[in-house]
Amino acid sequence: MNKTIIPVLESKNLQVRRGGTLILDVPSLSITEGEILSLIGPNGAGKTTLLQVLAHLIPFSRGDVYFRGNKIGSNHSVIQYRRKLAMVFQEPLLFDTTVIENVASGLRIRGIKGSEIRDTAAAQLARFGISHLADRSAKTLSGGEAQRTSLARAFATRPEILFLDEPFASLDPPARESIIDDLEQAIRETGTTTFMATHDRLEAIRLSDRIAVMNGGKIAQEGGPEEVMNHPADEWVASFVGTETILPGKVAEKNGSALLISAFGRSVETVGEAAPGEDVVLCIRPENVTLSESGPASATSARNVFMGTVERIIPSGAFYKVRIDCGFPLAAYVTRNAINDLSLREGIEVTASFKATAIHVIRRKSPFYP
Amino acid sequence: MDIILDGIKEAFRLLFSLDPEVMGITWLSFKISGIATLISLVIGITVGTIVALTSFPGRKFVVSLINTGMALPPVVVGLFVTIFLWRNGPLGFLEILYTPTAIIVAQAIIATPIVTGISLAAMQQLPKKLRLQILALGATRVQMVWILIREAKLPLLAAVMAGFGGVISEVGASIMVGGNIKGYSRVLTTATVMETSRGNFDIAIALGIILLIFAYLINLILTQIQQRERPR
Repeated sequence: MNKTIIPVLESKNLQVRRGGTLILDVPSLSITEGEILSLIGPNGAGKTTLLQVLAHLIPFSRGDVYFRGNKIGSNHSVIQYRRKLAMVFQEPLLFDTTVIENVASGLRIRGIKGSEIRDTAAAQLARFGISHLADRSAKTLSGGEAQRTSLARAFATRPEILFLDEPFASLDPPARESIIDDLEQAIRETGTTTFMATHDRLEAIRLSDRIAVMNGGKIAQEGGPEEVMNHPADEWVASFVGTETILPGKVAEKNGSALLISAFGRSVETVGEAAPGEDVVLCIRPENVTLSESGPASATSARNVFMGTVERIIPSGAFYKVRIDCGFPLAAYVTRNAINDLSLREGIEVTASFKATAIHVIRRKSPFYP
Repeated sequence: MDIILDGIKEAFRLLFSLDPEVMGITWLSFKISGIATLISLVIGITVGTIVALTSFPGRKFVVSLINTGMALPPVVVGLFVTIFLWRNGPLGFLEILYTPTAIIVAQAIIATPIVTGISLAAMQQLPKKLRLQILALGATRVQMVWILIREAKLPLLAAVMAGFGGVISEVGASIMVGGNIKGYSRVLTTATVMETSRGNFDIAIALGIILLIFAYLINLILTQIQQRERPR
């Protein structure tokens, strides 16, 4: 017999129908011991439905879920399975009692009694930095404190799988930052296998070993964070993961792996696999575009250099997003300093450059374009 | 004016001297309405919870029936209970017409839809995802229902108060099925009606004040419940 690693959780042919419409259709998905898998996608993509189906909390129309190789419902009772997992929702969903009783609730449901309850609950309160709130009523907590309580309650039962459904979505930035830190530490320390749904790709990149991008109830792409960010499978994924420049083009020449693409009447050099004459889509991430002062003299190793007019400068956090018209629309991230050094303002001419290797080429003939 | 002033004076004397007749009527009222409310709680919370947590064909119709029942006229209840308990009626063999038991039956019928309706609303007002959270914590169905009832305990207390408030102040059914028999089936409301018709305003006012105190206490508790916040 082959010695293969049995995934902690595996699903096959999952389908959920609501009123005749297929709202979830996931042929296969699995997670291995200790892995952190994020489901990202816009609202309504089916992330929550998928989590709830995997946790056997809602009925599904078709398919099976396997926990360590055992089919749930036949080889493994649903209650026994649910007692091996924990789930944290966007809302803390605390019970109307004290903080420590909330944290202990999963243990009480399992029939655990006595001092073990208090010790376990206290340890989880400490882990999430809320020991001082132990005897407070859950009603009086702030949003961040309430979500910490909810996380502590989830960890108290030592789950083998942790499901997180947008756990930080309703928190304000400072609370969010410190909760993510604590949660990350808790997951790493305990080595808990984790499924997380989020619409925030940065959260996903930060925490995940693997990312599944969902759209319209289906998984559009699955892979490591690098893979998904830099090699999106289709235009939709590219745009969702923050590829600002997505250009349709045609392969004009092919020389080994070097490609010359004609897009918007311009020639763009890149590398990739595509045949001459093939329709492709070019994805250029804004952080890979460099801006310099206008003029042909600028020395750069980049193969693609275009003159363009600055159309808009949009502050976005630590940097600025600059939209340029180079005959085709292009977006670049620059720092505050670069804005000053280049005297960037709307309407002026700049030189934009990007490397041939910084472009991701999507073939229109790929399975995503039938 | 003297009628009212003397009446109020006499009423307070009856109250503070713990007049045995007034106290007896009050205690009987409390006992009958309390038992009726208790019966309505057992039925109402069960039915309300089941309807709130399940979906079945005709559910909307059942909910509309419950809501209509919340405004059931006591006189109509009195009429039908009388007919059923009448000597030749379907339940005449029980021989409980014109007894406190008959009042309990009638009041339980009045209070049950009230308790059911409020329980239903209380359970439905809990966050929908709370049920999923409880299941995700590993609860069995029975554990889940028990936790949900505990979570809804304040609105359910409102159901208790509303049910009790409805029947303690009801007069139509009590007088029809109880018969207002002195020292046996005479309750606050039926006694008030009788004393007023006889012109014994002092006793009527004393009984009225007791009813008002009940009403006030019930509303005080209800207001407290409404002002409470839910945890996040």
